[in-house]
Amino acid sequence: MKLTKLARNLGGWLDGSGPSAEVVLSTRVRLARNLREVPFTHRAREEQLAMVYSSVLSAVRKTPALISSASLTMRELTPVDRQFLVERHLISHDLADNGRLRGLLVVPDESVSAMVNEEDHLRLQALASGFQLRSAWESINSIDDELGQDLDYAFSEDLGYLTACPTNVGTGMRASVLIHLPSLVLTKQIGRVLQGINQVGLAVRGFYGEGSQIMGNFFQISNQTTLGQSEKETVEGLERVTRQIIDAEQRARDELLKDARVQIEDKIWRAYGTLRHSRVISSQEVVNLSSAVRFGVALAIPGLASVRTLNEILIRTQPAHVQLAAGKELEQRERNVLRADLVRSLLDQNEASAVNPN
Amino acid sequence: MQCQVCGKRPAVVHYTQIENQKKSEYHLCEKCAEERGYHTSLNKSKFSVGDLLAGMVDQTGGSEESKLGRVRCPRCHMVYSTFKESGRLGCSECYETFRAQLKPLLRRIHGSTRHSGKSPVKDSARVALRREVQRLHEDMQKAIEHEEFETAARLRDQIRSIEASGGRTPGEAEAR
Repeated sequence: MKLTKLARNLGGWLDGSGPSAEVVLSTRVRLARNLREVPFTHRAREEQLAMVYSSVLSAVRKTPALISSASLTMRELTPVDRQFLVERHLISHDLADNGRLRGLLVVPDESVSAMVNEEDHLRLQALASGFQLRSAWESINSIDDELGQDLDYAFSEDLGYLTACPTNVGTGMRASVLIHLPSLVLTKQIGRVLQGINQVGLAVRGFYGEGSQIMGNFFQISNQTTLGQSEKETVEGLERVTRQIIDAEQRARDELLKDARVQIEDKIWRAYGTLRHSRVISSQEVVNLSSAVRFGVALAIPGLASVRTLNEILIRTQPAHVQLAAGKELEQRERNVLRADLVRSLLDQNEASAVNPN
Repeated sequence: MQCQVCGKRPAVVHYTQIENQKKSEYHLCEKCAEERGYHTSLNKSKFSVGDLLAGMVDQTGGSEESKLGRVRCPRCHMVYSTFKESGRLGCSECYETFRAQLKPLLRRIHGSTRHSGKSPVKDSARVALRREVQRLHEDMQKAIEHEEFETAARLRDQIRSIEASGGRTPGEAEAR
């Protein structure tokens, strides 16, 4: 198992330390880049993909911020390993599914990573805790500059960075926040809010990004267009809209509390009780129940779990995570038992550290 | 239209999936769609613009359709009709080859056809160098006008040495 270390650690983006981390789980900025002289991945021959791979690796070795990164090729990983990386938001389904020479570079705290030979030759990603678009953009921007000194990027003065899909051409940037909006869902205002988001040119996606489902009241909001706006303008636009959404969530929350405080607290504590004591639990159930508890944390109800613990529950209980922790492939029934054990032990630790912070 | 899966209920969810460059169309009823994770209430969020691209490109059709479809990229040899099927271009040169066809598409997707973000570090070095050469050219012209031939010769040598030292693509050298 090549991923033991990643599996044991918790990415920095999950530690709950970022701004507004109780509402915004994480911030992501990714840049799509291609090498000028090589056809895009889907049209490239295997030896050309190998050339891309070695060029990227040699550029990475000269980039201080990436020097500590681990390099994993998809070929050396089992399906469970790949699924683990998808669950960890480090690779796409597309990269995981394809048998060609593709890979991932990731620094130990997972704050910066790069997919090699995905749809584009290089997909750089910065991942940060909470709501911090600007700093995520700045960190990936400077890494991109350093790599760009070594790699000959496909770029045209009028169309910008050239990408396999014309939806990414220009900045090649997709900036996104993963935001938790239980009050807007409960008060049924979410449809209107999502419509509004689409109207201002932003996209809403599910928990694992493009093509994924909405789950646990988490929504990924990102810029839709990449041409005509600078990176800074895009980041600032997304930042503004995200702030408005956070405000709308806050207003919906106040409304709910005014009308039904006890009922809501009851729902939250029942969810906590189930997580705290269940012996068999599905992935979906953990997502839904921990969403309710997260809502309680946003409401500042004392005695629940920390944001960090909730993030840990959300991420570590996913199917491939459970199997990697167990060191073997497991049937769903076995996973559901181990998952319940894991949730209880994480909540145990959380309680212990709440009683005795040191 | 009936649902492709159960064949009983009417199809209300229609989507196009692009996988391994193959386009497939699906028509499902609400129940079967939900079982596959496509929630009708949030349909919009399920599909990226990329997935809908092929459909959008088709609208550019008309009588010139077949002629445009046969345009071939000199670098990667992809024809435009392949792009229409897959929604993916073949190489960076395709953007130049299919420029005329892509412009309206880019405008529809992005509302713009002009990049206003950052440039690669290498390119900005190249841009700086090109501006330097431009300046030397102007100085040389002035020197010739003033019949300062020695200065002009020195400037010419300077330009030649910059051009010889690279930093510019062959295309740019030809354009000069």
